Amino acid sequence: MGIKRRKAEETIFKILMVMACLIVGSSLFLIVGTIVVKGVPYLTWDMVSKAPQGGFYIGKEGGVLNAIIGSLYVAGGATVLGLLISIPISIYLNIYLKGGSLLSKSAKLAYDVLFGIPSIVYGAFAFSIMIWLGVRASLLGGVIAVTLLIIPILVRTLDEVIATVPRELKHAALSLGATRWETARVILRQIKPGIYTAVLLSFGRGIGDVAAVLFTAGFSDNIPIYIDEPAATLPLAIFFQLSSPIPEVQGRAYASALILTLIILVIVIVSHILATKHKHKL
Amino acid sequence: MNFRIVKDKLIANVMLILSISSVSFVFLIGIGLYLRAAPLFEEHTLLSLFRGSNWAPSKNQFGFYPFIMGTLSVTLIAIVVALPLCLLTAIYLTEYAKPGIRKVMLPLMNILAGIPPVIYGVWGIFFVVPIVREYIAPQFMEYSSGYTVLTGGVVLAVMIFPILVSIVSEVLSTIPKELKDASLSLGATKWETIKKVVVKRARPGIVAAMVLAVSRAFGETIAVLMVCGNVPVAPTSVFDGGYPLPALIANNFGEMMSIPLYDSALMFAALLLFVIIFLFNLISRIILNRIEHKYSS
Repeated sequence: MGIKRRKAEETIFKILMVMACLIVGSSLFLIVGTIVVKGVPYLTWDMVSKAPQGGFYIGKEGGVLNAIIGSLYVAGGATVLGLLISIPISIYLNIYLKGGSLLSKSAKLAYDVLFGIPSIVYGAFAFSIMIWLGVRASLLGGVIAVTLLIIPILVRTLDEVIATVPRELKHAALSLGATRWETARVILRQIKPGIYTAVLLSFGRGIGDVAAVLFTAGFSDNIPIYIDEPAATLPLAIFFQLSSPIPEVQGRAYASALILTLIILVIVIVSHILATKHKHKL
Repeated sequence: MNFRIVKDKLIANVMLILSISSVSFVFLIGIGLYLRAAPLFEEHTLLSLFRGSNWAPSKNQFGFYPFIMGTLSVTLIAIVVALPLCLLTAIYLTEYAKPGIRKVMLPLMNILAGIPPVIYGVWGIFFVVPIVREYIAPQFMEYSSGYTVLTGGVVLAVMIFPILVSIVSEVLSTIPKELKDASLSLGATKWETIKKVVVKRARPGIVAAMVLAVSRAFGETIAVLMVCGNVPVAPTSVFDGGYPLPALIANNFGEMMSIPLYDSALMFAALLLFVIIFLFNLISRIILNRIEHKYSS
């Protein structure tokens, strides 16, 4: 093949690559753009300050405050519960165990796999546990399902963060006579910003997921007060109200989509800033 | 002094139990789903469940064939759309693009990965469905509602962009510079080097990324459910509606209680998803870990 043809092939593929990059990159703007165009006309003060009124699926009045609060409760509760479980696990795997041990290796693999399990499976599994325990669809059920869903995210993120702490720090603490637990507390102080990132990531995942809360959290037009009451969440509010024949109810779905997207964008951007800051410090 | 050691050991034991129980959770999910699905196997053989195409729970007919085909078609379309785009993007980002472009694109992919499935679904309904209905389908047929497996596949393709782009870029950047330099100094163009050295060398990693993306597409529920029509018939063209397995679970979970074996059948669907995705994830993670290990040491 002549050099001209070989160069031409490279040029063609370069053009294709730039086009692919533009398509992939623009997809985010298409999605956010669609949501903004649909949602902005319906985003009023009432939307974020009132619960829906006039009956589920048909009521024209009010907003989606019930879903906003429900989402914050579910995602917040699950994040707190998830942290209580995953911080000890990641400390144990990284500080107590030696890196090459069978348990730490297989645990990390297990979390990689759990991370990939779809939320509908978690939802179905959590629902079975709830039937077994006699818990009906409620805030508590939603929190349980979402906690299962986000533990792998938390453990994996914390794992990465702990790996950035210089090993010398661990060795220095241990050689000064600190117990492993005391060493862990030193390291925990070091990774505080990383913990914030992990919290934001899992909160974002928890607030956006539908399949896990579909059968576990129930749905209600009221703002939940007790943990055994069914609670609406933003993603479910979008999913259910979108198919309503009444334009005002559909509008609530568009507005909810916009609110959810804004929450996610803020979370992702803040966690990105935190992560880069952390990287610079090290 | 003694107290400190006792405290350390006590905490160690608590954390050991937490770690072991969370690892065994993988198996617990599998076993739990199996136990709940088991009643179904008493009346139906596995083969008849996979091959049967009638879905009528009230008549005790549970054919999963349409749903399996629905899942396979949307997944296949998603991969066919996403893989070339993402490969080209990842190659461009690691080999050609200025660092500035990389600094913009990778965070963009992170944001895209964070967008909730239901938002993808809304976007699908208002953006992809009309395009399929007005512009693509009319080229081939008289009328289509736009709620097709093609639509589901396209929405899924966008959902797997972030996994594919970020993992493939990472894998490509592990290829040693010496290899590329050797190829370039022998007179190969940059593109030839990429084609014959970089991509060839990165193939296991690319396959692993693809398998991860496939398993993500397999399990995606809400976004697909919202745009692909939910017709319980195996699709024969890309403009037919489809009904993937996760959508089956999500749509019917509330009403299954009164019909015998219905909930077992749905749990069987969840078990099927779990087993397939478990295996896919396991394989690809082992490959990826090996690649990472090879280049970090």
